[in-house]
Amino acid sequence: MNNTPTVANTSRRAFLKTSTAATGGLIMGVSLPLLGAGAAQAAGTVHTPNAWVHIADDNRITLMVARSEMGQGVYTSMSMLIAEELNVGLKQVQVVAAPPAAVYVNALLGAQITGGSTSVRDGWDKLRVAGAQVRQMLLQAAANQWGVDVASLKADQGMVTGPGGKKASYGQLAEAAAKLPVPDKPALKDPKDFVLVGKRTKRIDTPAKVNGTAEFGIDVKLPGMVYASLAQCPVIGGKVVSFDAAKAKSMPGVIDVVQIPDGVAVVAASWWQAKKARDTVTIQWDEGAGAQLSSEGMINSTRAAAASAKPIEIAKPQGDVAAALKGAAKVVEAEYVQPLQAHVPLEPMNFTAHVNGDTILLVGPTQFQQGAQGAVAAALGVKPEAITLKTTYLGGGFGRRLELDFIVQAAQISKAVNKPVKLVWTREDDFTHDFYRPVAVNQLKAGLDASGKPVAMHFKVASQSVTQRAFGLPANTLDPFMAEASVPGYNIPNTQHDLVIHDAGLRVGYWRAVSHNMNAFANESFIDELALAAGQDPYRYRLSLLEGKPRFANVLKLAAEKAGWGQPLAKGRARGIALMEGYDTYMAQVAEVSLNDAGEVHVHRVTVAVDPGHMVNPDTVEAQIQSSVVFGMGAALKHQITLEAGRVQQTNYNTFQPVRMFEAPKVDIVLVQSQEKPGGIGEPATAVVGPAIANAVAALTGKRIRRLPITAEALKQA
Amino acid sequence: MSVQFKINGKPVTAQAETDTPLLWVIRDELGLTGTKFGCGAALCGACTVHVNGQPARSCQTPLSAVAGKNVATVEGLAKTANHPLQVAWIKHEVPQCGYCQSGQLMSAAALLARNNNPSDADIDAAMSGNLCRCGTYNRMRAAIKDAGAMMRNKA
Repeated sequence: MNNTPTVANTSRRAFLKTSTAATGGLIMGVSLPLLGAGAAQAAGTVHTPNAWVHIADDNRITLMVARSEMGQGVYTSMSMLIAEELNVGLKQVQVVAAPPAAVYVNALLGAQITGGSTSVRDGWDKLRVAGAQVRQMLLQAAANQWGVDVASLKADQGMVTGPGGKKASYGQLAEAAAKLPVPDKPALKDPKDFVLVGKRTKRIDTPAKVNGTAEFGIDVKLPGMVYASLAQCPVIGGKVVSFDAAKAKSMPGVIDVVQIPDGVAVVAASWWQAKKARDTVTIQWDEGAGAQLSSEGMINSTRAAAASAKPIEIAKPQGDVAAALKGAAKVVEAEYVQPLQAHVPLEPMNFTAHVNGDTILLVGPTQFQQGAQGAVAAALGVKPEAITLKTTYLGGGFGRRLELDFIVQAAQISKAVNKPVKLVWTREDDFTHDFYRPVAVNQLKAGLDASGKPVAMHFKVASQSVTQRAFGLPANTLDPFMAEASVPGYNIPNTQHDLVIHDAGLRVGYWRAVSHNMNAFANESFIDELALAAGQDPYRYRLSLLEGKPRFANVLKLAAEKAGWGQPLAKGRARGIALMEGYDTYMAQVAEVSLNDAGEVHVHRVTVAVDPGHMVNPDTVEAQIQSSVVFGMGAALKHQITLEAGRVQQTNYNTFQPVRMFEAPKVDIVLVQSQEKPGGIGEPATAVVGPAIANAVAALTGKRIRRLPITAEALKQA
Repeated sequence: MSVQFKINGKPVTAQAETDTPLLWVIRDELGLTGTKFGCGAALCGACTVHVNGQPARSCQTPLSAVAGKNVATVEGLAKTANHPLQVAWIKHEVPQCGYCQSGQLMSAAALLARNNNPSDADIDAAMSGNLCRCGTYNRMRAAIKDAGAMMRNKA
């Protein structure tokens, strides 16, 4: 099943058209953003053979990266793809965040978005093509200049060389090259000839991230800038009725107190002054319908919808599930529940805006450049072209920075006070005004034959659609971002997969690995329950259902082998296994757990075998797996968001505890060297670790926890 | 009112109200933005600096508390950013988003200053107050051990 959105199949041909059109006209609008590009601009005239590569006369080469760097290493991996074909080393280039422009749209998502583990999948062809185009144009420029056959020339490490010792730097050729037509189909390297791609490569951003100079949104400073702190209704969606800011206005540094649609903003000469004064503003809120919400009620209404609503078909049913269930020797049923989760990246939401009449500057951390531009344009009634957007480093994203609320707020406040404003949320603001990962109820039913083999599977998931809210997906339409990992790789003859979309009342957002989390947790817990019902080993049971699925079977075997599946463990420990395909990446994990004295689950080791297809930077692939394991483990064992009377109960990292150093498990990774098309790697491991842990806990304690998180309390009550 | 102290060895006079958290003085008044705001409640460690050599959460340290003291931030860890921890951080490719890393480095630097051969338990104790939402813990652990070894070899 193809879970990617409908624009996923944009052909390379279509891209080339866009690219060529862009280099003909649009490229004129793509000027070097100021961020970090000062050196290249100062170095002399900058030539732009296409939208991705800028070469200055003095051979300073700047690569445009159209994806936001939020830790996943895209400044490096995207640059590697271009540099590979441009034949330059990464030390020879600098990297600049691309401005919003049509040419930088992510073809897998239909907008300039960093998300969905798409960066490498989207960039794999187009960035290599971009590098190869420029290489070919530089060679052609040299051939023209020297009156020789282009085939006699070589481009390498920023130099073009030819017969008779002829030599010119890319910079010397750039002006002429930029005037040549952009080649439609430049020759691409055979992957076996790659010198950068697939090799462990030092990240471009690391030095700045160890000496304090990396500029995040919160670090932005504009001339004349003032600071804002915004009070929003404790119930999301509530509105200001009235407010009293008399005290705040008398406090040191306070410049103004202004109302915007989302609340009341205090603007001051420093952020602390703004925040302190904000705490003195008394506000009458109309809390609205949200004040009735509780998280328990949301789970109940979702469960009720699962029972009553007409489902949407996720995949075409196979065989006859009803008949197969009827004829089964044994029927197994289970329901799995996911709570709300918050993203809470360590950098609180912030953005800097300068609304200066019809000219608007936005600077900050966003995963969605065109969204930021469009939302601010709509909110202020200006044209998107009036808005210049610069993307800083993101202090974590995980999906939270796909949202645009804080960007629009910054612009509205700047407009109100007629000054450049940096809006910074508190951590409490961030916890209580997230776009939460929705609750989910997965109901699974399977029939086993006399040998224990599954002959029928009915899968149903009920949850809320982020895509309806964020992108206006019509009702009663399959939301692909709710159906990920719902159809596992196992061979089962009779299957039915249903989706129920239910608005539980709270605003929801994409959270790292999105619906893979709920669906893989349900499927991979359930297959373990089936193995138990069949009296079989959960690893061998899975393997027996994967005939003709070599990539699934391979990672499953590799993970089991590396983890020592079946070999004796220290007393009080157990292993659990899980398997998933997500983002075109195949992955299996084995978790090894014990219970500590407090009855909490301790994860000692997680073994991950992954076949992600072609890799760009294997070290980053490993880093993303290590990261995702920790991220998913927190949701599996430790934290959740709960709601009472419409108020989020967790307001800081004390009541919502992400994994800390002392809890971090050893992570062993087996990378499959694969020539398959690249898969995504920023997210999938997040969704696999949960069921692997739950299965290990069941093996250890005999208790099957079907609702996350698996806390000591949950285990005690089970 | 003004408060005098040293930051990274340099005397400064801060003009902010004296109850202002040191974090915001360092960031907004002194312009050293390597030290980060994460939680405002000493729960995440992103704002960790050294006050007279001891790790401190600058979001919970009022300006008045550092009068006459030596404050060190990530910018002052080493003159050319070559503290063994910074070298090891690069070698092990520790940072992902990077936002928590200044605080992590300052906590780790305080640990190694008193114990350049820390056990896993020592590292857990010194570092568990610093959150990393990207989960770089294992790489940090390896890098701290590596930096400790560099320091022992130099000593």
